[in-house]
Amino acid sequence: MRELTVDRVAGILFTAFSLLVLWESHKIPFGTMAEPGPGALPVLLAFILLACSVAVFLGGRVGERLADVRWTEWRHAVAILGTCSFMALALERLGYRLTTLIALLVLVSIVERKGWLAGVVFATSFSLGTHYLFNTVLRVHLPQGPFGI
Amino acid sequence: MVETLQNLMFGFGLALSPSVLMYAFVGCLVGTLVGVLPGVGPLAGISLLLPVTFGLDPTSAIVLLGGIYYGAMYGGSTTSILMRIPGEAASVMTCIDGYEMTLKGRAGPALAIAAVGSFVAGTLSIVALMFLAPPLAEFALRFGPPEMFALLVLGLLVLAYMSSGSMAKSLTMAALGLLLGMVGIDTMSAFFRFHYGVVELGDGIGVVPVAVGLFGISEILLSAGQDNKVVIRTPRLRELLPDRTEWRQSAAPIYRGTVLGFLIGIIPGPGHVISSFVSYSVERRLSKHPEHFGHGAIEGVAGPESANNSATTGAFVPMLALGLPSGAVPAIMLAALMIHGIAPGPMLIKEHPELFWGVIASMYVGNVVLLILNLPFVGLFVNVLRIPYGYLYPAILVFATIGVYSVNNSVVDVWIMAGAGLAGYVLRKLNFDLAPIILGLVLAPMLELSFRQSLAMSAGDYTIFATRPITAVMLLVALTLLLVGMRPNLTRMLKWWVPGRLEPAASGERKEHP
Repeated sequence: MRELTVDRVAGILFTAFSLLVLWESHKIPFGTMAEPGPGALPVLLAFILLACSVAVFLGGRVGERLADVRWTEWRHAVAILGTCSFMALALERLGYRLTTLIALLVLVSIVERKGWLAGVVFATSFSLGTHYLFNTVLRVHLPQGPFGI
Repeated sequence: MVETLQNLMFGFGLALSPSVLMYAFVGCLVGTLVGVLPGVGPLAGISLLLPVTFGLDPTSAIVLLGGIYYGAMYGGSTTSILMRIPGEAASVMTCIDGYEMTLKGRAGPALAIAAVGSFVAGTLSIVALMFLAPPLAEFALRFGPPEMFALLVLGLLVLAYMSSGSMAKSLTMAALGLLLGMVGIDTMSAFFRFHYGVVELGDGIGVVPVAVGLFGISEILLSAGQDNKVVIRTPRLRELLPDRTEWRQSAAPIYRGTVLGFLIGIIPGPGHVISSFVSYSVERRLSKHPEHFGHGAIEGVAGPESANNSATTGAFVPMLALGLPSGAVPAIMLAALMIHGIAPGPMLIKEHPELFWGVIASMYVGNVVLLILNLPFVGLFVNVLRIPYGYLYPAILVFATIGVYSVNNSVVDVWIMAGAGLAGYVLRKLNFDLAPIILGLVLAPMLELSFRQSLAMSAGDYTIFATRPITAVMLLVALTLLLVGMRPNLTRMLKWWVPGRLEPAASGERKEHP
């Protein structure tokens, strides 16, 4: 079985994406060639992306193999993305201070294994300090949680 | 000439008055501090402080806002260089080589060159603004929708052509960025595209969340697990500054970036973004060692930083001379002037000479203040890198989240940042250059609007793009770049279609070539 190269995989992914965009664009009025509507440019760009993806695929006969790409940091990456997702979900529900405190505690104490004491001190001081700097000094609105936390 | 110099002396008399000098200093200081915070760029800083200017006279108000703008642009480069988080789209190119210099322990020289390059570019472009504002404004007036469309297409193709990798891959990224820019309400028909029920996407996908995610978050994801990415020891003063070779290597990029940035910045549009991309591409093509770009080439910092600072000044040409803001920040400055009862335009110089020349002179002063303020801070900024990475990246993550959330007070932007971070992580693993995505995203709305306006002007006749001289020349250059850049791909495809030259690639009988 032929080994897939990185460019071949990328070409396939982008080809699929461009076909998806073309499919979704059929719901938007195309207009006419003389008077393009809101759907005209997305369709044109999707075709351009399709052409470029095919070019990438065809040019990807030689190159780095997908199997040679290292994903050694994937566990950390998953944890960080999970924390980002938690922040997005919790920011307006728990408020900035509580959300940041929990996120930093997880990253510092659990993911980076710096210990619970260091994590609590860092997370508490950072969340309160940045809240003061942004919310009070710079007047950047940061969401408040339940009971004004 | 004599009259111009007399007017300039008049302006300096105003700019060097204690109160105006104080506002320039405060503006630069606040701007730098705001710009240093990842994700919080000049637009956020100026928007936050606009109400403060209501009680000031017009000259002081514009001097304060101008100082914030310059300061924030410089501050944005600081985070680009130290943490690979661009403060805004114009700082994206600085991330690439600036951060690589940091990894090599050369953060100080990178920051210093960014400061000096910005100062030189800002000063020289102010001289150009002073003498060339009226005639250049006239030239900018000749740019209608067809010319704007052609310029944007040319900008994208120049970037793709001058990329070190495959042009097909760069164009793929640019097309992806343009498609992302299609999300949201269509300005001409108010049709809501690709929103999937998310009301916040009405204004489209923001540049800041995507830029922070693609560059900053992806870097954190790639570097996770390392305790100290950069070995820092207490730097000596001379290690904070560029050495003789680095000064020599930076000189020409600074001057080229200044000229490019100013000329591109004059044209209404995202000039400071395009100028930094074009400058980087030009420097890479002109360099004797293009292979160094992307791995800590100081030219990759000097050129784009000078270009975006020069374009910032160039953007004042249409704003002051024509009353045409070329971007969001000049638009806010225009609003500030109008709040004070001043209408920028062709009569501004005649009716309010103290404002025009006071602003010009204060730009000189602001540039000097910025250099004096920021060079001593280089050592302080570099020492931030001594914080163990296990503590540093969570802090960066929080700052990025604040910055992104504060743009629209929307968690959708935080989701976009996270998604862009994941996409950036995967794309970097697959060896794709991310910068064209940002350029495509920034240019997409203008590209579409100018294209459709052009056809509206010509009643649907596509020959408008061939009959207008400036448009035709730019599109011809763009087409040439496309054909030259895609030549390897086209040759490969032609060989396949010529019978008997090669077996088809999909055939299992193809022999492996050594």
